[in-house]
Amino acid sequence: MTDATNQDFKGSSTKHWDMAVRTAEPVWASKKTRLTPKRLPAGVRLLGPVLVLLAWEAASRLGYLSPATLAAPSTALKTGYEMFADGSLLPHLLASAGRAYAGLFLGIVAGVVLALLAGLTRSGEALIDGLVQVKRAVPTLALIPLVIIWLGIGEAMKIFLIFTAVLVPVYINTHAALRSIDIGHVELARALGLTRSEFVRHVALPGALPGFFVALRLAVALCWTALVVLELINTQTGIGYLMNRARDWGQTEIIVVGIIIYAVLGLVSDAIVRAIETRALSYRRALGS
Amino acid sequence: MNLYRPYSPSVVLRELSRSFRGTMVLDRISLEIPHGQFVALLGESGSGKTTLLRALAGLDDDAETQGSFTKPDSTSVLFQDSRLLPWKTVIDNVTLGLRRPDARSAALDILGLVGLADKVDVWPSTLSGGQKQRASLARSLLREPELLLADEPFGALDALTRLRMQNLLLKLVERRRPTIILVTHDVDEALLLSDRILVLKDGGIAEDHLISLPHPRRSHQSEISTLRAKLLKSLGVEADTV
Ligand SMILES: Nc1ncnc2c1ncn2[C@@H]1O[C@H](COP(=O)(O)OP(=O)(O)OP(=O)(O)O)[C@@H](O)[C@H]1O
Ligand SMILES: [Mg+2]
Repeated sequence: MTDATNQDFKGSSTKHWDMAVRTAEPVWASKKTRLTPKRLPAGVRLLGPVLVLLAWEAASRLGYLSPATLAAPSTALKTGYEMFADGSLLPHLLASAGRAYAGLFLGIVAGVVLALLAGLTRSGEALIDGLVQVKRAVPTLALIPLVIIWLGIGEAMKIFLIFTAVLVPVYINTHAALRSIDIGHVELARALGLTRSEFVRHVALPGALPGFFVALRLAVALCWTALVVLELINTQTGIGYLMNRARDWGQTEIIVVGIIIYAVLGLVSDAIVRAIETRALSYRRALGS
Repeated sequence: MNLYRPYSPSVVLRELSRSFRGTMVLDRISLEIPHGQFVALLGESGSGKTTLLRALAGLDDDAETQGSFTKPDSTSVLFQDSRLLPWKTVIDNVTLGLRRPDARSAALDILGLVGLADKVDVWPSTLSGGQKQRASLARSLLREPELLLADEPFGALDALTRLRMQNLLLKLVERRRPTIILVTHDVDEALLLSDRILVLKDGGIAEDHLISLPHPRRSHQSEISTLRAKLLKSLGVEADTV
């Protein structure tokens, strides 16, 4: 065995030699290939953002970034805190959140209802699916002029556009999940003599739940994205408005405050959805656990 | 044995045919199975065993199925993969679709019988293959079917677990004696369990053997070994010394 250890690993006798040593627990036995990455400890995924923030801050302090181009994160944090403390931030935050979540809520409800109709009934599929696919091909922002003509430039227009932006991915993913239901489970339901409503309740809906959560996470991100653009149009409130006004005044620190708020809201919303998802899908033996 | 009961068929096939895009897989099969008979269906891979079973289970409503069959209303299917719904706990899987008021307590009883008393409330993904198949067996038998259709239910299990499952199945059906059609590629499984062995070949029933030996059976019993040699031969396997 000692002379075998000196051989090239790729040598012809590798196999034989490998089998001979296996019982002796060689050091490299622990180096077996993992096909799925290990799950990260909580919080470690913040490493990347933190590093970027540190580099940014350093660049500002060392004078590579002038405040007129981009404010330092620390300046922005200070400004943000001051705006929060003097009460000038909160109304804007609430206005934005109100729009985003109203649109999100309506979009999710409508998207799920349409997906259920199209996914579970033939006539629903015939009526709805084509329409949504057409809507999908049209960018939300391209609808702005038309919706302004219909709904004016007020709140209704903004919520409506967020609603349509959210509706599409919710529909597409939930519908796809319903359509790709495991044929084996359908057979099981038939063999067990389930009624249609039992089938929907016990088999189809739970089976589509993972797809729905994918949809939900997309939707949550999307509602804020749509908002930024919409708040550039005729409004005196909202984070987007704040940022836009700051642009006129060259206040990059306020723009950065806005960006940070969007980032935090996006991350927090995503974390909430993920927490709900983990609970709802607890039956899955998660990868990497 | 039930062969001496007054004769009343539980399952009747009349010229049942099934083709896939013109290729005949089942060719006018006619068959009668008495109540309570345990039938093992053997056949080479691709001979149409699954096709026949799916037709009987009512899972095949394609237009290329012809002929007719009758079977009891209460029929259970035992799939090769246990087909437990991953989002339901073991007991919820077992009681799925049952409308009996005592479903839960009956399910607890039968889960105890199959040795899953401590797995009642766990997710199926945490069960071993044998445990999953036992849960699936519990689900099938809890319905107290008059006909049990099983498509290689133990095919994916290791030899030892398979042996245990076979004995468990015998024990569980002992009292109520449903009619059973068990598809298997394992000649010994058929010899060990069944009252009757059918061999499917070229779209028809090529052989039909009754076995009247009581359980438990031993593989060296002369009737068994003679039949084994015969079956292996008709399945195209050369049995040298049996
Ligand atoms: N959905 C299908 N479409 C086309 N051909 C099919 C289909 N299902 C089965 N067949 C064909 O019918 C024949 C019988 O298939 P079947 O699954 O019944 O065989 P089997 O006896 O169960 O085989 P095995 O022992 O391998 O499970 C095969 O030739 C198969 O290719
Ligand atoms: Mg088969």
